[in-house]
Amino acid sequence: MSVARFWRKIPQRYNMLGTRCETCGRHFFPPRSFCPECRRTGKIADYKFAGTGTVVTYTIIHTASEQFEQLTPYVLAIVQLDEGPRMTAQVVCRPDEVKIGMRVKRAFRRIMTDGESGVIHYGTKFVPVE
Amino acid sequence: MRDVAVIGAGCTTFGEKWSSSFRDLFVEAGALALEDAQLSGEKIDAMYVGNMSAGRFIEQEHIGALIADYAGLATHHIPSTRVEAACASGGLAFRQAVIAVASGMEDIVVAAGVEKMTDVEPGASTDTLTGAADREWEGFVGATFPGLYAMIATDYMHRYPLTREQLAMVAVKNHYNGARNPIAQFQQEITIDTVLKSTMVAEPLRLFDCSPITDGAAAVIVAPLERAREFTDAPIKVLASAQASDTITLHDRRDISTLDASISAGQRAFKMAKLSHKDIDLVEVHDCFSIAEICAIEDLGFCRKGEAGKFTADGQTALDGKIPVNTSGGLKACGHPVGATGIKQVFEVVQQLKGDAGKRQIDGAKIGMTHNVGGTGATVAVHILGRV
Repeated sequence: MSVARFWRKIPQRYNMLGTRCETCGRHFFPPRSFCPECRRTGKIADYKFAGTGTVVTYTIIHTASEQFEQLTPYVLAIVQLDEGPRMTAQVVCRPDEVKIGMRVKRAFRRIMTDGESGVIHYGTKFVPVE
Repeated sequence: MRDVAVIGAGCTTFGEKWSSSFRDLFVEAGALALEDAQLSGEKIDAMYVGNMSAGRFIEQEHIGALIADYAGLATHHIPSTRVEAACASGGLAFRQAVIAVASGMEDIVVAAGVEKMTDVEPGASTDTLTGAADREWEGFVGATFPGLYAMIATDYMHRYPLTREQLAMVAVKNHYNGARNPIAQFQQEITIDTVLKSTMVAEPLRLFDCSPITDGAAAVIVAPLERAREFTDAPIKVLASAQASDTITLHDRRDISTLDASISAGQRAFKMAKLSHKDIDLVEVHDCFSIAEICAIEDLGFCRKGEAGKFTADGQTALDGKIPVNTSGGLKACGHPVGATGIKQVFEVVQQLKGDAGKRQIDGAKIGMTHNVGGTGATVAVHILGRV
């Protein structure tokens, strides 16, 4: 993965900055410039997400691509943020702990490294809410 | 719009074809299709080539020209176009060929699909296939393709009565069919135990829930129906060609275990053909993972939502069932050279409708359907074909 491509996304990658359509009230993460419903009549504004949500579905990855091999088995989930949008992310917990409906919150974590001496990519993972 | 017919079809054997190059594979399938149509190459007006990722699998782009050249048609300067929509590339290449002929723009058009996947290591092929999903918001965080379909399976099994054994029956049935298909990558039958004891890939999906990494190519030739008898005694009419799209990410879907693009493309195809699911004698669906076949037969209307597990376990999708599904062995047993799969599905339906399907022949098959999915459902192509 190229450095520029994944570093230029710094605001939403690290801070969960998305957008909200002020016409219909829908939230978007990652940010969208157009509301799919309101199209150009939609008024899009920046929005900072609280970062709390619920696990909608999950899997435990045992066979990964090269960058994630050392992490297996790891929990991957679709998390529904409390504001509405869903995102795919890893959940930092034991594989037997993850459940549909589990409450989670965002955490700033290392996602992967480009090879042994490569760039370290950071981003969002989720951790269980006590 | 003109009526369109398939006048010839050819397919290589599928598998780990280390002695054949990308171009060898295409040329072999193309030659078989030309032979089937008793057609000489200089009559071809245009070509559409489905290919997902030659750039990453063999580090070759500009596939349209490469294929035209090695098919011996470069000196005829025919238009040759690569079509890409991940695993639906083949289905879309077929659709483009049908549109070209239906519009009157071209007469004799080749629709081909080809992929050479075994030239890279498994980790690299896993990563390449992840490109069919959203690289920035799925692949970046560690999602793999089996992982995304596994999340569909988890959601489905949480909401509907599908047992792990019923899910395994999809693979068992497709291997049974593949064992009766001379081009299939895996020609051996398996049991539920084989599936349940295989390596875990992404829970709850195991190795035998997943389609393999495959090399292969397929080609079909389409022409105006009114000219079809110049080339074949048994033209197969294209009754419908439909395509639909949805969000690239799985997490943005309306319903995680329903592929709305399958529903939409299916409904459009039935409307265009003026048929319903009851009229279909067999269907080739996109079973890249066992759960994908479960969703597909529901989304296309062959059984109700939530009932596909029992439907499969009861044998309703077997060769002698109510609606035979994946008579070729599907992506699971026949193999899944991603860009070629959509064309292989058409090839299988054409063989069935012509009565040439040997030990897996569906008696008296008149109408068949193909269902080809790109990604986790962001692109779907559905075609209905019928005997004339």
